[in-house]
Amino acid sequence: MITNYMGVLLLNEKEIDLRSLTVNRSLASIPLGGRYRVVDFVLSNMVNSGVINIGAFIKSDSRSLAEHLGTGKPWGLDRNINGLHIYQYSPTGMLQGDIKLINNNLGFFKKSIQENVIVTRSNMICKIDYKEIIRCHEASGKEITIVYKKIDNADREMLDGTMLFIDEDGIVKETGINLGGQQEANMSMEMFLMSKEKFLEFMKMGMQKGLNESNFETIYNYAKSNDINTCEYKGYLKRIDSTNSYFSANMDMLDPELLSELFYRHGRIFTKVKNDPPAKYSHHSDVNNSLVANGCIIDGTVKNSVLSRQVVVKKGAVVENSVILQGCVIEENATLKNVVLDKEVTVKKNSYLRGSTQYPYVVEKGSVITP
Amino acid sequence: MNTKQTKEMVAMILAGGQGTRLKDLTKDVCKPAIPFAGKYRIIDFALSNCTHSGIDTVGVLTQYKPMSLHTHIGVGTPWDLDRMNGGVYMLSPYMTEAGGNWYEGTANAIFENIEFIDYNNPEYLLILSGDHIYKMDYSDMLDFHKKNEADATIAVIEVPEEDVSRFGIMSTNPDGSIYEFVEKPKHSESRLASMGVYIFTWAKLRKMLVDDSKDTKSDHDFGKNIIPKMLCQEDRLFAFPFSGYWKDVGTIQSYWEANLDLIKDYSTLNLYDREWRIFSKSTINPPQYVGSEARIVNSIISDGGVILGDVHNSVLFPNVIVGKNSKVMNSVIMANTTIEENVIIDNAVIADDCTIKKNTVVSGEKDIALIGPGREISTNVLG
Repeated sequence: MITNYMGVLLLNEKEIDLRSLTVNRSLASIPLGGRYRVVDFVLSNMVNSGVINIGAFIKSDSRSLAEHLGTGKPWGLDRNINGLHIYQYSPTGMLQGDIKLINNNLGFFKKSIQENVIVTRSNMICKIDYKEIIRCHEASGKEITIVYKKIDNADREMLDGTMLFIDEDGIVKETGINLGGQQEANMSMEMFLMSKEKFLEFMKMGMQKGLNESNFETIYNYAKSNDINTCEYKGYLKRIDSTNSYFSANMDMLDPELLSELFYRHGRIFTKVKNDPPAKYSHHSDVNNSLVANGCIIDGTVKNSVLSRQVVVKKGAVVENSVILQGCVIEENATLKNVVLDKEVTVKKNSYLRGSTQYPYVVEKGSVITP
Repeated sequence: MNTKQTKEMVAMILAGGQGTRLKDLTKDVCKPAIPFAGKYRIIDFALSNCTHSGIDTVGVLTQYKPMSLHTHIGVGTPWDLDRMNGGVYMLSPYMTEAGGNWYEGTANAIFENIEFIDYNNPEYLLILSGDHIYKMDYSDMLDFHKKNEADATIAVIEVPEEDVSRFGIMSTNPDGSIYEFVEKPKHSESRLASMGVYIFTWAKLRKMLVDDSKDTKSDHDFGKNIIPKMLCQEDRLFAFPFSGYWKDVGTIQSYWEANLDLIKDYSTLNLYDREWRIFSKSTINPPQYVGSEARIVNSIISDGGVILGDVHNSVLFPNVIVGKNSKVMNSVIMANTTIEENVIIDNAVIADDCTIKKNTVVSGEKDIALIGPGREISTNVLG
């Protein structure tokens, strides 16, 4: 079923706390869960919900994201009618705001036949059914709906995110910034539903007021004197905003129940097709509580870790509590603990690398680690 | 203006066979569509060989229960065959005003598709079977064919003496030209077996096929009719030597062995060679999850699975679930099959979409235990 909603993906996201993982790529194209990229979740959620006209606004120096998105084929978005449209902008020093970005690309909105928008980013990892949200939004009769989740660890997670104070009718009374001062909070998932007309009005307002920040501010301000509806989401949620939360999102997936929720129920998560043979386990392999992708060759020990495609773990090597991206080679008797290895890292024989549980050690793409 | 397109070589893959000795595995699918090696289908090897050999126009001749093959191949995207100029064509038997017939022999199948071949106007025609597992660069074979100015080149592989009676055996001169061809000889000096991979100069073959179609006594088969006739006529026939892994998995036993052989370090079919990847239509699945009490040793396991028990010396296809306290040994488990808790699987081949209920034993004592697709097993099966 195709809906009367188009998707607007603002992929110029805050990356500063992800450091070396975003040195060569946008947040949206960070590999996640041993097989996917961050953006696969929001794209798949939209497509599974019948939102098949999607505009993605990305930085022009994000080769990895542009290549991953391609023409949208993995998500069924390579179409003659609707489909995936990519708009690039060049970052000129300062982080360019959403508002200017959208205003430079109004053509997308003009030629789209849908009358409503779902605006969001990619950093909220969840499995959401937008059809439900659309039903909730339209039943409310309000102009705008924000999706939120009630969390109980706001003192540690989603810091600096927007908190919503909601009345008994589900309307936003007030918004605030999560400073970590309480455990329970209704956190905005930064997913907004409204008519296309209203959305463009906000963009125009933002331009006129000279706002160079996130356009979501304009919307949160609007909530002060207008009724904005909310819809609650109760499933898994992780905001990717730091090395910590990135690491934790990967570790969360070491759970068949969560794997079922995220990757099988209510539609799949789609990503670019790859051709790797199945994983091979040798006589010496000792693997527990881990995710192992296709193409891996395991001769050593792997515990509580996420291994992406084509990772080689040689005999005597030990990988614990780590996230290993595509193509890494862990040679004989090397030991890794609490580590994130970006793609194509080689860890030479007998090397020893260890981070702490709270601050995993991140190794940049292509590095060679020696003892 | 000549708008007729020309290809140097077009490939025709014979994929119409049933493979009756594979019993339940081919109940619903033809042999080339049988799953193999943890995530492929047998025809992926022939198709991937074409991709790597630079062949961009492939006809796949189907007949017996072709639906899963058609679905698997689609427009040929995984093998770079989704093209503006060329591509993969599924060629089934068809009707005309004069009626129609099923393919009645390998040569007849090609004869019925002369129109397709003429449309592509190739100089050479490559004919191969969709049921064999091997890696070969057909452009090397074409170079050999051209160098010898051959009318036909047949790829051959040396087989052990005790196996000569199973194959068509070629005898060759030092320059590689064939002077004798015997089908399934009891004894033979030569041990060069035909692999069923042929390159013909099209103009020559075309004429032979047309003549053969008029011969009511012919079986319309390459091995039985076309090749022997060419030998008789003293046409230029050459044997292209091939060495390396080559398997025809004709029985459950050989199918099971071929899959399990891949686990060994000395396996000569290297699936992990980045220079010769085997392409296939893949499903997108999360990586396999290996549980805290699982123990996996000497196995090949595909993505999407959840392994909570023991897996030894086995090949698991995508989305296979192995429950707690279960043991899977020396077996091949195909896609989307669930093995519940406290189950023992040993020496078995279990096909797609099965459920083996808790506390059951499926064990091949004498023969390999075979469970066909879509079954639910709650009582012990001893093969």
